[in-house]
Amino acid sequence: MCVVDFARSLRVAAGAAFLAVLAVGAVSAQGFEIEGRRLYPGTGEVVLRVISTADLEVFEPFVLRFQAANPGIGIDYVTASSAELNRAIRGGAAFDLALSSAMDLQFTLANDGLAQSYRSTVTDSLPDWARWRDQLFAFTAEPAVIVMNEAAFERLEVPRTRAELVTVLRDNPGRFAGRVGTYDPHTSGLGYLFATQEARASDAYWRLTEVMGRLDARLYCCSAQMIDDVASGQLALAYNVLGSYAAQRLDGDEGLAVLVLEDFANVMLRTALIPATAVEIEAAGRMLDALLREGLSQGAEPVLPPLRAGGPEESGADGSPFGPIRLGPALMVYLDRLNRESFLAAWDAAMEQ
Amino acid sequence: MRFLLVEDNTELAEAVVQRLGLDGHSVDHAATLAAAEDCLAVAEYDLILLDVMLPDGDGRDFLARSRDKITTPVIVLTARSQISDRVGALDQGADDYITKPFDFSELEARCRAVLRRRGGSARNEVTLGAAVFDPMAGTLRVGDAVLDLRNRELRLLEVFARNPGQILSKSQLLDRLFSADAEVTENAIEVYVGRLRRKLDGAGVRIETVRGLGYRMSV
Amino acid sequence: MRVNLRKPWSIGRKLTLALAAIAALLALVSWGMITSFAREAAGRTQDNILAASATSIAETLRSEAGAVRLELPYAAFSMLGAISEDRVFYRVTAGAEVLTGYADLEGPGARPGEAQFATLPYRDTVVRAVSVMRVIGSGGEAVAITVTVAQTRAGVEGIAAGLSRQAGLVSLVVFAMAVGLSAFAVRASLRPLTVMAQSVAARGPSDLRPLRRPAPAELAPLVAALNRLMERLGGSIRRSEDFITEAAHRVRTPLAIVRVQAEIALHSVEEEAQKQTLRRVIRAVDESSRSAGQLLDHAMVSFRADDLERERVDLPGLVSGVAEALRPTAEMKDIDIALDLSPAAVLGDAILLQNALRNVLDNAIKYSPAETVVRVSVMTDGGEVRIAVSDEGPGFGEGPAAHLTERFTRGEKVQGIVGSGLGLTIAEEAVAAHGGRLDLRAAEGGGACVSLILPGV
Repeated sequence: MCVVDFARSLRVAAGAAFLAVLAVGAVSAQGFEIEGRRLYPGTGEVVLRVISTADLEVFEPFVLRFQAANPGIGIDYVTASSAELNRAIRGGAAFDLALSSAMDLQFTLANDGLAQSYRSTVTDSLPDWARWRDQLFAFTAEPAVIVMNEAAFERLEVPRTRAELVTVLRDNPGRFAGRVGTYDPHTSGLGYLFATQEARASDAYWRLTEVMGRLDARLYCCSAQMIDDVASGQLALAYNVLGSYAAQRLDGDEGLAVLVLEDFANVMLRTALIPATAVEIEAAGRMLDALLREGLSQGAEPVLPPLRAGGPEESGADGSPFGPIRLGPALMVYLDRLNRESFLAAWDAAMEQ
Repeated sequence: MRFLLVEDNTELAEAVVQRLGLDGHSVDHAATLAAAEDCLAVAEYDLILLDVMLPDGDGRDFLARSRDKITTPVIVLTARSQISDRVGALDQGADDYITKPFDFSELEARCRAVLRRRGGSARNEVTLGAAVFDPMAGTLRVGDAVLDLRNRELRLLEVFARNPGQILSKSQLLDRLFSADAEVTENAIEVYVGRLRRKLDGAGVRIETVRGLGYRMSV
Repeated sequence: MRVNLRKPWSIGRKLTLALAAIAALLALVSWGMITSFAREAAGRTQDNILAASATSIAETLRSEAGAVRLELPYAAFSMLGAISEDRVFYRVTAGAEVLTGYADLEGPGARPGEAQFATLPYRDTVVRAVSVMRVIGSGGEAVAITVTVAQTRAGVEGIAAGLSRQAGLVSLVVFAMAVGLSAFAVRASLRPLTVMAQSVAARGPSDLRPLRRPAPAELAPLVAALNRLMERLGGSIRRSEDFITEAAHRVRTPLAIVRVQAEIALHSVEEEAQKQTLRRVIRAVDESSRSAGQLLDHAMVSFRADDLERERVDLPGLVSGVAEALRPTAEMKDIDIALDLSPAAVLGDAILLQNALRNVLDNAIKYSPAETVVRVSVMTDGGEVRIAVSDEGPGFGEGPAAHLTERFTRGEKVQGIVGSGLGLTIAEEAVAAHGGRLDLRAAEGGGACVSLILPGV
């Protein structure tokens, strides 16, 4: 979900001379903040405006593949945080496709009538849990994992459950003090989602949170930074990180390992919707279909973890015994003002040592 | 012959009685079935002429009732002409039937046929000189020879036999034989007379021609 | 005389259609009722879940440090998402103040204790809303908290539509069965009519006996009327026959008197001219009598030919009978009737055939000269039976013989002979009614030969 910073975008822009790069970090005319933007012109008149929480670095292969198959469609790809994306769509910003990892926020957009219905043979072949009302479509299933620095866990037994993790952390304060990181639920939408879902599902969460608090856990807004810090050794482990980002880094020998706990794993569904105000509906539909095909593992190597796993080792919704977070009105519960206040208050209380 | 005429229409009955009388028959007349029974009780008849519609009943029903008591042949007189009526009448015991108005020649022919079937009685034979003539059978016995007489020859002979010694003109003979039949001419009379003469040859019976007047039979 | 009316629909068809229409109506009504019941039931299910959801939210209300605390239970909305993909809206108010939720959601007015339901328009759609009220003591005051939960109706509509479709299918099947059974029942019920019609049709042409078949109550008036009709018809026919008999009698008796008197006069009158007059009188009487007879015969033939009896008729027997009846007439002219009979039979009306033959034979005798022979033969030829009457008379003359059978026509050579022309006409009609024909030709030796040709059996 996290997005490239200023320097990085310049680097990419320099490297891609034939691609036009627009100003970054600018506040758009409609009053929401974007984190990045790139234009991929097509041969025809159609320009598909996409707003997404997915990092361009991660997503670009898909975009290029799509344009190769649909040369006539130009793509205007804007990245923003999930909160800003939500604000943009609510404000009626002109986009044809909104992709976000914040399932709950996407849900409220659809619930509040801001998405339009779309059906195709591809959408019809989605499993029930990957689709809501023909307005909201899941195209990836990404588990929350623990990324750990292998070196930091030398000679330690790798925990398999949260209970074991709590034990390990509590028993080795020297090793882990100040070296545990996680999302700050105050600022990270995804972090808040993971936290609330886990608190609901597993009673070990609050104990874990207390332990992390005692260990002076460091709080982040974004996965990428957390992973960087684990790679560099500043963190021994990052808790509740999006596995997809971690997976990219596993190829290099940065000494990272991904840990999936056996007692519980959150699986987040990255969802797409076509805003009610969309103009290029046909093009949006095509891209949506393409995304869903990738999600259904119909085609080339998917960019992001697909909905269905090819085998038990791969991550995917089927890989987790707990199933993905349900797309439904229950997602609104933790977005409720009062609920959010009381959760965050409790969380803060747990984090305070 | 002796007839019993059972007929309720007096005018017709009287005319028939008179007409039959011309041919030498005697006729008793009964106007009702009751009267007929009375007649039958006291007299014998050669033939009964029975009308169908009588004031005291249907002639055919009467016939059916009395058939076993009455042996006399019956010819039914009727105004209808359907074969079904004929068959009905025969079924009920009549020997024949004839429709009104009827030709007396036809009546005579039918009577003759009926009586022939019943077995002609000897008393009807007429002797003419050496010939014996049976009108019912239609035969003429001259000595040993038995000659068949044709119908017209027969009737002609009858007329002569009934009026012996009388001169009968051709015209009279024509009327008696052929009544109103148009096709027959006086020539035919000559032919028939000729035939009779041949048949009577040797019987001592002569039919002489009386010039300008007619014929006369003499024995 | 046939009048072309637009054929009215059969009773069976009308009944079946009426029953089908009723079945259709009932099917539609029952389908409509089921659909509304289904919608109601689905609606009630939604209402129950909405109430449970609102109640579960209301139960988490508590007062803490003078403030009202609420924590939406996860289950409150997950239960709503469980049954359908409807959009969900909610609002919690304390008096006029909105604590949380969709501020513009106006629910039904709440009352303490009971959940209140209403179907309302909200934003761009219609929702089913429930409001639950709970009173909390907070900061020394009693605060009335209203929890409103609302949901779109797509799920309910979907269930109702599904049930409605199934009900529709069942209704359709039941309707089809009803129509089929109705048609069957109608046909079965109307069978007595068909049976009766058949039994009446199977009767012979002159069978006017009353119908004695047991009939259902509805047909009883018809049967009674039919029997009365046949009785009246029979009576009418009998009266006609009686009338004819009466007429014949009344006409012919005076004619008979005239004839006898004329004959008597003929015997006593001397003058030739008078004799001629009398002969003419007799001939006129004979002609009227013969005409009358033939007219009666013709009427009878036409009547019987319309509806022909079909019995087995032995022809040699019939022919001998007719010949015997006419023999005395023939004998008067010394005409011999010679019979040549082979076994043959036809299916038909004996009376008609007798009539035909009698007319033909009578004609032959009439037109034959004295002392000739009239031959009558019966023979079979292929599938046909031929009764041939030939005489030695003048024959038919030149000109087409077929012309002679037209009503009242007489041939060239019959001048001076009494007789109307109906004889051959009668014979032809009688024979035609049997599917046969009359054949007129010259006999060998110059006379006439009339043949009645009939299909054999």
